[in-house]
Amino acid sequence: MPHTSAQPLLRLNHVSLAFKGVKAISDIGFSVAHGEICALIGPNGAGKSSLLNVINGVYSAQEGSIDFDGTTHRRLRPHQAAELGIARTFQNIALFKSLSLLDNVLTGRNLLRRCHWLTQALGLPQARAEEDAQREAAERVIEFLHLQPWRNSIVGRLPYGLQKRVELARALAAEPRLLLLDEPMAGMNAEEKREMSHFIAETNREWGTTLVLIEHDIGVVMGLSDHVVVLDYGRKIGDGTPDEVRRNPEVIAAYLGTRH
Amino acid sequence: MLYREAGQFSSHYAEDRRIFRLRQDRLGLVFLLVFAFILIPWLGNDYWFSAILIPFLVLSLAGLGLNLLTGYAGQLSLGSAAFMAVGAFATYNFELRLPGLPLLVSFVLGGLVAALVALVFGLPSLRIKGFYLIVSTLAAQFFVPWALTKFSWFSNDSASGVISAPKLEVLGISFDTPAGRYLLTLTVVVALFGLAHNLVRSELGRHWMAVRDMDTAAAVIGIPLFKTKLLAFAISGFFLGIAGALWAFTYLGTVEPQGFDLNRSFQILFIIIIGGLGSILGNFLGAAFMVLFPLLLSNLASLLPQGLIDAGQLEHLQKIIFGALIIIFLIKEPEGLARLWQRLRAQARIWPLRH
Amino acid sequence: MDFFFEVLIGGLLAGVMYSLIAIGFVLIYKASGVFNFAQGAMVLFAALTFVSLLERGVPFLLAFLVTLAAMILLALLIERAVLRPLVNRSPITLFMATLGLSYMIEGFAQMLWGTQVHGLDLGVSDEPLEVGGLLLSRFDLFAAATAAVLVAVLSVLFNKTRMGLSLRAVADDPLAALSLGIRLQRIWAVVWAVAGFVGLVAGLLWGARLGVQFSLSLVVLKALPVLIIGGFTSIGGAIVGGLIVGAAEKLAEVYLGPLVGGGIENWFPYGLALLFLLVRPAGLFGERAIERV
Repeated sequence: MPHTSAQPLLRLNHVSLAFKGVKAISDIGFSVAHGEICALIGPNGAGKSSLLNVINGVYSAQEGSIDFDGTTHRRLRPHQAAELGIARTFQNIALFKSLSLLDNVLTGRNLLRRCHWLTQALGLPQARAEEDAQREAAERVIEFLHLQPWRNSIVGRLPYGLQKRVELARALAAEPRLLLLDEPMAGMNAEEKREMSHFIAETNREWGTTLVLIEHDIGVVMGLSDHVVVLDYGRKIGDGTPDEVRRNPEVIAAYLGTRH
Repeated sequence: MLYREAGQFSSHYAEDRRIFRLRQDRLGLVFLLVFAFILIPWLGNDYWFSAILIPFLVLSLAGLGLNLLTGYAGQLSLGSAAFMAVGAFATYNFELRLPGLPLLVSFVLGGLVAALVALVFGLPSLRIKGFYLIVSTLAAQFFVPWALTKFSWFSNDSASGVISAPKLEVLGISFDTPAGRYLLTLTVVVALFGLAHNLVRSELGRHWMAVRDMDTAAAVIGIPLFKTKLLAFAISGFFLGIAGALWAFTYLGTVEPQGFDLNRSFQILFIIIIGGLGSILGNFLGAAFMVLFPLLLSNLASLLPQGLIDAGQLEHLQKIIFGALIIIFLIKEPEGLARLWQRLRAQARIWPLRH
Repeated sequence: MDFFFEVLIGGLLAGVMYSLIAIGFVLIYKASGVFNFAQGAMVLFAALTFVSLLERGVPFLLAFLVTLAAMILLALLIERAVLRPLVNRSPITLFMATLGLSYMIEGFAQMLWGTQVHGLDLGVSDEPLEVGGLLLSRFDLFAAATAAVLVAVLSVLFNKTRMGLSLRAVADDPLAALSLGIRLQRIWAVVWAVAGFVGLVAGLLWGARLGVQFSLSLVVLKALPVLIIGGFTSIGGAIVGGLIVGAAEKLAEVYLGPLVGGGIENWFPYGLALLFLLVRPAGLFGERAIERV
């Protein structure tokens, strides 16, 4: 259901970012509607990951602002972004490697807890009840992503493809409104990719989560997304439905052209 | 065949979370507590209480305090002894200046003061990462004993800052005998270990480990880094502070600020490296090693012909072996003795099969 | 005012001595990313070996060469037995390993050479010298000159030789250096050996000043704030950091000490380093890496 809602969930206004004078992103703006799957594509070094890092506050943009759900933010801190309901996964898996899968997913729910740490340390009844409730919610996510067999495994010892899925689980456990996925299918084989695409589509459908994802596999992107934004050398060169982008001459020249 | 998990299923989340999921482990714990609280006071002698068991328990607790900060939250500290000193001197002053305050309350208050001081020295952890942080904890290590010596108010104007134990009395019962001091120490240590065990399995414990494993990711999922780190410093300080008070009053009886020097901090760090970083049990194993190993070494040396190795040489030899063990553990078994124990247990579970 | 300058310059010269220790740190940190707590123990070991040889009638130059050989042997051993097995482990793990290493070296040095204090005479008297109306220690000037020569030699070594080029490549990007066929392990061994040499020079100067004894290994604790202020990766930073710490410490001792009862030299440099860290977390000359996620 792209471009239907009156107000977008996320809008970037003239965002620019530089590292020690080197421009990574120049004057980028686009909108992401409620409930859509938006893909960011572009060659390596186009500034896609940096853009995700700006959206959830890991980097601060020098110029521009971000509207999230109608409120304008000049700059966000990672913690603040998480509180607004923005969750993400990373290109190079950023799991807590020595914790179990279950514990990783439970950390994703940290903002949904109310009990004081002292009541938990003392094992008071309300803390136990909350622990049970959180465990149940975490188990739902684990089941949704078919991760039950590895619930108690240490994630650092799981195979790569599974770790990617655990990271999605941790992000989903936060019940985010906006989910940013940085190359969720990188390094996967065709079978794993199909599985992951399925999980992403299901997430969007069943949980109503809005998604922004970075992906290199054009076939996957075109099949999965409602909306595609194309970046090249830190500039936006295309923005529209998959069909519109496919026909955009500049995009074909800069990116798709090298592929087809 | 005794150690089997067949037929023991968890049907509630609470059961799955239990400290010891297996019935055999729970029985083992009960047996251990009965042994420690009833049999040992009955069987032990004064030498064992004063020279082995009490320091073992106190060092375990100190190791636990540092392990929460370093093993769980990943913040390296070389200032453990400073926080112990704060706990000891604060407890002393509470007992001295508020007559009638129950001893255990003084311990807790002393721990809280140590927590506060640790929190202050933990403040730079927001800006400083990794081993840059040892500067902050070393600052504590050098500043605290200096301040305690310099300002004689802390030691009630005694010479060179020496303080002595208050009356060890709880609810009108005196604990001044070696067995009594052992029981008092044991009670405090067991209670605090129980608390720590809950803590590391709670949300806060998970946050600590998340910050340790990958702080950027922790921040992105909304874990408040600063609060999480500061709580690690404060809670670690609390445990170390009480350990310091016990060290001063149930183990040594009298203590001076210099008793809590950098070497003590290293000793506690070594306990957790050898015992196991990020392990609760490891603190006991590391402390036991730290107390028993020098005894073992001197006993071995006494078997040698007279004069072959003197006390000084033995001390150097001990240093070399400690240093070597640290390196060997870091290379071969970074999770320490606790991990070796776990392996042994895992093997017992499936014995006589091998995998 | 003259008194102020005397204190200041005395402090700066004392700071050079701190820089000497700090340089050994920087070398090792740059090449292998290890924060080497054992640098102090290496200083002790070098000084103790040298002075013990001297006392047994070995001529000065020969004693120096034998000690140097021992330091190189030690470096090779460390590379083989500690660094190689711990490659790719976290910086904190490596740091803790060097703590263990410093215990081993200290224990070994004292077991071998005993614990008594040895005097060491380098033939430079400590009598004051008048320079432009200020009284300065002749020994301090000698130490400063030695440090200057050492830094000059090191900069030639790193900027003009092939080995130096490989070393800078390793410091910049170990993986890329590895793929160019640079042998990491050899570089490490060389750097640790050079750090051993720096330790020997520092050990002789510090030993002549304080007497050769166990407390020499504690100079590592003085070098730490120096590194924090100067940054872990810059020899120039180590020098400047040393000067800052030396001067600030002496000035604080003279002007601030009486107000709080003295004895502040143990913790004052740490307080100073903390202040610097809060303003510049990577030190004055260190570079702050951009965090990539």
